[in-house]
Amino acid sequence: MTDTLVPRIPLGDWVDTFVSWITTTFRPLFRFVKDVLVGVYDALDTILASPPFWVVAVVLAALAFFVKGWKLALGSLVGFVVIAGVDQWGNAMDTLALVLLSAAIALLLAVPLGIWAARDDRVSAVVRPVLDFMQTMPAFVYLIPTVVIFLTGPVPGIIATIIFAMAPGVRFTELGIRQVDSEVVEAGHAFGSTPGRILRQIQLPLALPTIMAGVNQVIMLSLSMVVIAGMVGAGGLGNDVVAALSSIDIALGFEAGLSVVILAMFLDRVTAGLGAKAPVARALAATRA
Amino acid sequence: MTAPSTTPPDTTTAADRPSSPTGPPPSDVAVSVRDVYKVFGRRPVEAIRRLEQGASRDDVKVLGTAAVIDASFDVRRGEIFVVMGLSGSGKSTLIRMLNGLWKPTSGHVLVGGTDLAATDAKQLRALRRRSVSMVFQHFALLPHRTVLDNAAYPLEIQGVAKAERREKARRALDLVGLGGWEDSLPSQLSGGMRQRVGLARALAADTDVLLMDEAFSALDPLIRREMQEQLLDLQQRLGKTIVFITHDLNEAMHLGDRIAVMRDGRIVQIGTAEQILSDPANDYVAQFVADVDRTRVLTASSVMVRPAVVVPVSGGPRQASRAMREAQVSAAYVVDRQRVLHGIVRDDDAVAALRAGKETIGDLVHDGVAPVSPDTPLAEIFAPAAESSLPVPVTDADGRLVGVVPRVTLLEAMVPADQPRTGEIDLGTAPDAVASTEGGAA
Repeated sequence: MTDTLVPRIPLGDWVDTFVSWITTTFRPLFRFVKDVLVGVYDALDTILASPPFWVVAVVLAALAFFVKGWKLALGSLVGFVVIAGVDQWGNAMDTLALVLLSAAIALLLAVPLGIWAARDDRVSAVVRPVLDFMQTMPAFVYLIPTVVIFLTGPVPGIIATIIFAMAPGVRFTELGIRQVDSEVVEAGHAFGSTPGRILRQIQLPLALPTIMAGVNQVIMLSLSMVVIAGMVGAGGLGNDVVAALSSIDIALGFEAGLSVVILAMFLDRVTAGLGAKAPVARALAATRA
Repeated sequence: MTAPSTTPPDTTTAADRPSSPTGPPPSDVAVSVRDVYKVFGRRPVEAIRRLEQGASRDDVKVLGTAAVIDASFDVRRGEIFVVMGLSGSGKSTLIRMLNGLWKPTSGHVLVGGTDLAATDAKQLRALRRRSVSMVFQHFALLPHRTVLDNAAYPLEIQGVAKAERREKARRALDLVGLGGWEDSLPSQLSGGMRQRVGLARALAADTDVLLMDEAFSALDPLIRREMQEQLLDLQQRLGKTIVFITHDLNEAMHLGDRIAVMRDGRIVQIGTAEQILSDPANDYVAQFVADVDRTRVLTASSVMVRPAVVVPVSGGPRQASRAMREAQVSAAYVVDRQRVLHGIVRDDDAVAALRAGKETIGDLVHDGVAPVSPDTPLAEIFAPAAESSLPVPVTDADGRLVGVVPRVTLLEAMVPADQPRTGEIDLGTAPDAVASTEGGAA
């Protein structure tokens, strides 16, 4: 019945046409973006994957020790040993490189956008629905146009991950800055500070715990997306997860999946620990002590 | 104990009290507010047009929220000007227009002669650094900075070198009694101490004008009282121009050299505490001041009356006894040619001296009641008044008798102005039965 009442809207065709158009029009730009991303990814992956397992494991455990303490360091080390034990260490490092690169780019875009949205209600009104779209659109839908544009390999995975994971970075930054006590911001103005200085000296430091929660979310979403990106051959743990799914390989699926979980816990605890190290968070913790 | 701090530092404040109709010369004005309106909303200009025609805040509700309506006043250099009103009366919006945090919808605000409306953002920042600092209700300290760095913040914005600004901030902290707390974080301090940091920060900026927005309202009553005393003490030493916002009438009366009472966006009365208490502009103000502790606000000068009888120290017992008999009193104050108070003389002593044929009353003079100053709050006159049936003498700084406070007047002063006072006529028109050449000298 619907086909008689409502004419078929060829929305999908339009998007397809649009994607084809930008693919051909911006080919040199995409070429350049791809080269840059591949270059940075390869460099990062080389740093993480080429040294012997124990060197990287100890360095990461030491990082955990500095941001949190010996318990997290020890737990991380045990986790890494398990990853290596199920023969997923190389994949895990590929995935870690993907996550770090995607999350870093996502934050580089998200934090300034969040600041802008916090300072201008109109920007916020535009950004909000766009973020809703980016976050709720089924994740692998992003993979289709990115594969068309960038073909297979890590780059479409990275781009799709950036789009998918960016939203909480923007949201938390905006929220954090808007939540800063308006009287303190007013004090900055009242003593004649410039808006830029108020941002650096008052708003960002006071919003930092919230922004760090956003950073944590961005990293966690990046990790989940990077695994899905295994479908387009992004490499890493995702490849094995996808392979296990297509061949119904329970053993491989569990081992790759467990490695993802361990990596996720490590990244979560370390970024949460970084958030707690923010000056404001420490100042507040000092009172409770 | 509060008497020294409530005493104005110099005579200008006291002289200004009767408020000259022509207004002070411009050089004497630190902040000037002229016909200022602030309307938030969609059609502010239309709202102002209606307000100018006498519409109330509620009448223009559909056009916008009229926060401040037709405010005009001058804050004189070195005075504490209190803006008092309940929440929603527009006082917080008003104070924020004095340093340009809000722009008036119409009207002008002049700080040190500069019209804020004519400044761009950069000039406005320069003016805030140089001329106006602010203390906030909830302290507004930077939680991630130490007390010292908080106090040094305005100087940092002013571009003062690190060593110098720390030194100045240290001095400001010493001034408010926070020496030794420099390295603490604000979160480690109590509310009163945090607001001291806020005060030190504003003082470190070393501006002429200090805006205080409900600065003590978030503090416990005891701490609040302490901070008020400290502010008055500091003010006596530093002589800043202070605009103080409060919803607490007692605080307003205690601190303010002059008080502006706000209601629904309008300033309904500007005057000294005593003027507002004894001559409220309308029923609203009268009702508002009805339960204020009048004895702490009213001073001897506002209730004193001319003494019924004053006799010259050089006069004879006959003159003295006749004067007392005519005024039907049993004792009289004795003054010299300069009207300096010497003490009292009793009628029975005068009569006895007359019978003994003495020529002067010089050796009959007793000390009597200890005199008080014109600025003594009534609360501190109760004790001397209770000691004697004679009125309490009021003397100026040179010891001259300027008036007396009879006990009945003291009790009457505690009755709010809208209730009928009895007996005032008898006392007010009591004949000045001075039987000498000094008599009636103004």
